Amino acid sequence: MIQHLVDGILTGSIISLGAIGLTLIMHMLRFANFSYAELLGIGAYSALVFDRLLAALIPFMHEKIGPLSLTWTLSVSVVLAMVVTGASAVVLDKLVFKRIRENAGPLSMVFASFGVALILRNIITLAFGHRAQLYSPDIAFAIVVSFDPLLLIKPDQVFVLGAALVLMLMLHVVLTRTTFGYSHRAVAENPDLAQVSGVRLSRMVVSVWVLGGGLSAAAGVFYGLTNQISPHLGHNFVLPVFAATIVGGIGSVYGAVLGGFIVGIASGLSLMILPSGYTPAMPFLIIIAVMLLRPHGLFGEELHR
Amino acid sequence: MTDAVLSVEGLTAGYVRDLPILRDVNLTLRRDTLCAIIGPNGAGKSTLIKAIAGLVPVSAGRVMLDGKPITGIRPDQMASLGLAYVPQTDNIFRSLKISENLALVLRRVPDRATRLDELYTLFPPLAEKRGDRAGSLSGGQRQMLAVAMALASRPRVMLMDEPSAGLSPKIQREVLDLARGLTEKGVSILLVEQNVKQALRVADHCYILAEGRNQIDGPAESILSDPAVGEIYLGGRRVGAA
Amino acid sequence: MIGMISYLAFFSTMAAIFAIAVLGLNLHWGYTGLFNGGVVAFFGAGAYGTMILGGRADATVLGGFGLPFLVALAGGVVLAGMLAWIVGLLTVRLRHDYLAISTFGVAIAFESLTRNAEWLTGGARGLRGFPRPFEAAVGNNFVYGLLFLAFVLLVLVLVYIGLERLVRSPFGRALRAIREDETAARSLGKNPTRLRLTSFVIGSMIMGVAGGLYVSFYAFVSPQDLAPILTFQIWAMLIVGGAGNNRGAILGAFLIWAAWTASGFLLARHAPVAMQIYTGSIQYILIGSVIVGMLLWRPQGLLPERLETSAGPDRTRPAGTNTTATTNKGVT
Repeated sequence: MIQHLVDGILTGSIISLGAIGLTLIMHMLRFANFSYAELLGIGAYSALVFDRLLAALIPFMHEKIGPLSLTWTLSVSVVLAMVVTGASAVVLDKLVFKRIRENAGPLSMVFASFGVALILRNIITLAFGHRAQLYSPDIAFAIVVSFDPLLLIKPDQVFVLGAALVLMLMLHVVLTRTTFGYSHRAVAENPDLAQVSGVRLSRMVVSVWVLGGGLSAAAGVFYGLTNQISPHLGHNFVLPVFAATIVGGIGSVYGAVLGGFIVGIASGLSLMILPSGYTPAMPFLIIIAVMLLRPHGLFGEELHR
Repeated sequence: MTDAVLSVEGLTAGYVRDLPILRDVNLTLRRDTLCAIIGPNGAGKSTLIKAIAGLVPVSAGRVMLDGKPITGIRPDQMASLGLAYVPQTDNIFRSLKISENLALVLRRVPDRATRLDELYTLFPPLAEKRGDRAGSLSGGQRQMLAVAMALASRPRVMLMDEPSAGLSPKIQREVLDLARGLTEKGVSILLVEQNVKQALRVADHCYILAEGRNQIDGPAESILSDPAVGEIYLGGRRVGAA
Repeated sequence: MIGMISYLAFFSTMAAIFAIAVLGLNLHWGYTGLFNGGVVAFFGAGAYGTMILGGRADATVLGGFGLPFLVALAGGVVLAGMLAWIVGLLTVRLRHDYLAISTFGVAIAFESLTRNAEWLTGGARGLRGFPRPFEAAVGNNFVYGLLFLAFVLLVLVLVYIGLERLVRSPFGRALRAIREDETAARSLGKNPTRLRLTSFVIGSMIMGVAGGLYVSFYAFVSPQDLAPILTFQIWAMLIVGGAGNNRGAILGAFLIWAAWTASGFLLARHAPVAMQIYTGSIQYILIGSVIVGMLLWRPQGLLPERLETSAGPDRTRPAGTNTTATTNKGVT
């Protein structure tokens, strides 16, 4: 019980990070972006590449930090991966989404995002192979927190939870304390008014992709650090991340945080009742429950057609 | 000396190509005056204001601000040119606090702290509620905030789209008096109004628009006596009517 | 010669089965403006439903009732319709995103079910053994293949005629009306939620028909047959053929299925041995590129929708440019 709960909270923090980026993008660009989760994959794999590169260039930095399996090179790589992923998201927007946005409706955007997701996932497969990989070949030993009930926690998990919370706090400060944050919220609420208030829309679109890409890269690496990375990483997160944004209400950053933890914990606890094969379906059940009980989510505005 | 601060020449504009809402519209706003655009529903009044602000594509004609062409400007550049625009509805960010709404529009203003104080002095109710979400304001206070946001960058020209819409008669008068007062502080105002009587009370000059074209214009005090006005409103003689 | 014909019959049977599913999707996307992100679930419901009801008895699973073919097929179709009804009931009144996300979720949930509920679906090994319709009467495999093709084509033609009638009926006109301008349609007394739900259920049942035909053709179904790529293939068929045009939908099904089989054949034959395990990925990238490329450069497809309205017969409309959602005043 307690083990499932703790694992759920950890997964929840990763889903939350991803959901924040998705909810920001969905709120500003008004479409369900099915290619967003592939950015987790791009982030995880670019961190892997940077980590190997840095380890070869500056071997003494390829040292583990304290009890973590995280190395100094990997922690630098996370930041680089966030930048690269943000940039890839901007490039994708320029190549595909911007052009469809200008000529067609939101449904075409949803459709295109599915196509983009399929392309990205399989390019990753071609580049890195089907096989799952690990950042560090060493086994990270879990610490026994308690024997009865049995609770095992890996130091990496504690780090990931902490780092995710720090990122969320940073984003919170940016959104509520800086005019850059105000502009973001302004564009999401009313793009026309934001424009006449001096906000340049094209810049905000770029910045929302950078933010979303950066957050999802962090989520991807954090997942890889506590589990493993495979080309399916993105695909496996599509539904949990959508479920989290729907639970929280599309457009609500705090809703996404809470939604992420709810989805993570519910999926963790479901393991006590259902075989693990059904875990991928959990977010779907949560979405159905939200539709029945509170269609606009915990903090969302009403979004009827 | 009352020279033209904003002029519109032969403007043709509309949301969809080949389907202009405005055709060949001409208009002059003189410095430190309030000019009202009135006309029946669907005349294209709001479209005209939006076309000046760069929110509706212009297919022909031009817009001049202080003798410089600003036709089809990017809306976010308006403020730096000395132009401000107050939309009709949804003219404040409801999810942002009042202070955040103002901080947003002040972010490019060099002396933003001084300007913020000035705005709060001008609109004491906003100062009082600065920490509240703008969505919690009353109708009149919302217009106040919207005007304050437009004034933040010290514009020379302000475009207002039906500032009295949805307000009680008393607040309507207050908002229009506020607009009138601004002309004495060096802001020239172009205002769209549905409420003809109220508009003419505060305006210096008045244009009547119908079917997307200029009909007649003249000084506010004499325009009502023009027999053509009634005909335009009642759907009689119109320039450009089919 | 016989080999060639028999391969062509096999190819056409598959293409025609997919064409039926594409027609169902066309009712959703082309005529109603609904985004179905989980075509495979409704196809799969038809497939598994038909298999469970009509398959041969098997001690390890619940199903295998051996019901007559048409009864089993009808059962599969009803199952697909029920699944659509439940999902649609919850989502069609909400912003379009919700249907896309929920249907995507249904597909994932359906896949978990087929992989894990061994008592019902046989799990990963699937269900096998379906008494193929009229097989006993024919005996000869070659003739049987042709007969089955004729049967599938007959179903395709029936579905095509039915849909053409449907979209030309007042119901079809109402669907297009809510797709183009929901507010106006509502003011004319149309109930958009009910119309959308009806269209969603009918389209999904047509996908169920395709699924049912698929299992009766293969006499086997497993989660492998219902991989997520199937949804992408069916989308690609529709967007290539032309959303909102039923003939385009059928054309697209044959073209994409030909391209898919040809690319698979070429890759298997010419790709280096080391690359063989990646041929699937290359094909997936091709399908994704077809979808994105069409949306970017020819969103109306090869055979665009014909609008027989007062605007004249030549006017065409790129797919998905509908402006139904009033809340969608996003960044453009």
